[in-house]
Amino acid sequence: MAFELPQLSYDYNALEPNIDARTMEIHHTKHHAGYTNNLNNAIKDTELDNLSIEDILKNISKQSVAVRNNGGGFYNHKLFWEIMSPNGGGEPNGDLLNAINKDFGSFSVFKELFNKAAATRFGSGWAWLVNQGGKLVVTSTPNQDNPLMDLAEVKGAPILGLDVWEHAYYLKYQNKRPEYIDAFWNVVDWDQVAKSFV
Amino acid sequence: MPFELPKLPYEYDALVPVISKQTLEFHHDKHHAAYVNNLNNLTKGTEFEEMEIIDIILKAKGGIFNNAAQVWNHTFYFDQFGKNKIEKLRGELLIAINSSFGSFDEFKEKFSNAAKTLFGSGWTWLVKKPNGSLDIVQSTNAENPLTEGLIPILTCDVWEHAYYLDYQNKRPDYISGFWTIIDWEVISLRY
Repeated sequence: MAFELPQLSYDYNALEPNIDARTMEIHHTKHHAGYTNNLNNAIKDTELDNLSIEDILKNISKQSVAVRNNGGGFYNHKLFWEIMSPNGGGEPNGDLLNAINKDFGSFSVFKELFNKAAATRFGSGWAWLVNQGGKLVVTSTPNQDNPLMDLAEVKGAPILGLDVWEHAYYLKYQNKRPEYIDAFWNVVDWDQVAKSFV
Repeated sequence: MPFELPKLPYEYDALVPVISKQTLEFHHDKHHAAYVNNLNNLTKGTEFEEMEIIDIILKAKGGIFNNAAQVWNHTFYFDQFGKNKIEKLRGELLIAINSSFGSFDEFKEKFSNAAKTLFGSGWTWLVKKPNGSLDIVQSTNAENPLTEGLIPILTCDVWEHAYYLDYQNKRPDYISGFWTIIDWEVISLRY
């Protein structure tokens, strides 16, 4: 069963001005589509063909570089689209906010840690908020790796992810990655993030 | 003496249409400049402050290595462009290319393929090995073949910032254009 490029639940221009329509369209129809196609080609006629993406990623150290890069790229972008919304922004509440307060001290301390992880990831990669069985941690990974992978330094279930590959922001922000990171908070869909925090 | 951002050896629009003026402005005035500033800030008051950049690359790790290598890599990258002057590719370098890769076309194909398939941010290099023969290597992020005892001859920056404004996801188009702006006189002197 081949993986399918997920549709976005909002229009390409829905996250303007934080993320521009052109970036969204190229990011989804070219980059994410590329990872999806390459993943399907890499697993075709192998024993991975019937596995979920999560099951593929958890034993990724046994797989080829093509499965690692494209499987990560497929999963990471899917999560990224899901945790953003034109009605996003603000702060989380309920259990998620309690957990953030408990593990980081406050929402603003968490944000600062996450911003730093995103800004200082050298080269291409992702910043993450990770659920480790009820405990939250912030981390970052290179390229298309993620915390579900058995080879990740910090493992767990990613519940929030920010793409800091230059393709995610270069058309609008160029070298100013910190401005892109600031804008990201305006579109984070905390209800969606809370749903995956179980 | 702080490290300085070298000036571009040509105008910002000299590489149009392969590399736009806007890309060169950001690439040189923002990215290259930031690596120079970071390097100055990070090395201030350390053993690296008075070193040559190549020595920092060979000795440092972490942030100091990343910024020193990126300063050197970008200077090396910008210096190799200009008028194409393919006729200047002759003599020893051409002989070495033919003997290491079979022909110039085979070299070009192998180098292009290495640049296209490098995953994430990094550089593709034509290098001279200690025995004088040539090889093609990929390096991740700031990494530089000097640390492996290899002498860089030609490089292609495949960080997305090098081409995204002009080519977006179409890295292969950037690499095709790359071949038309190389000053082979500079490359021959490096060999």
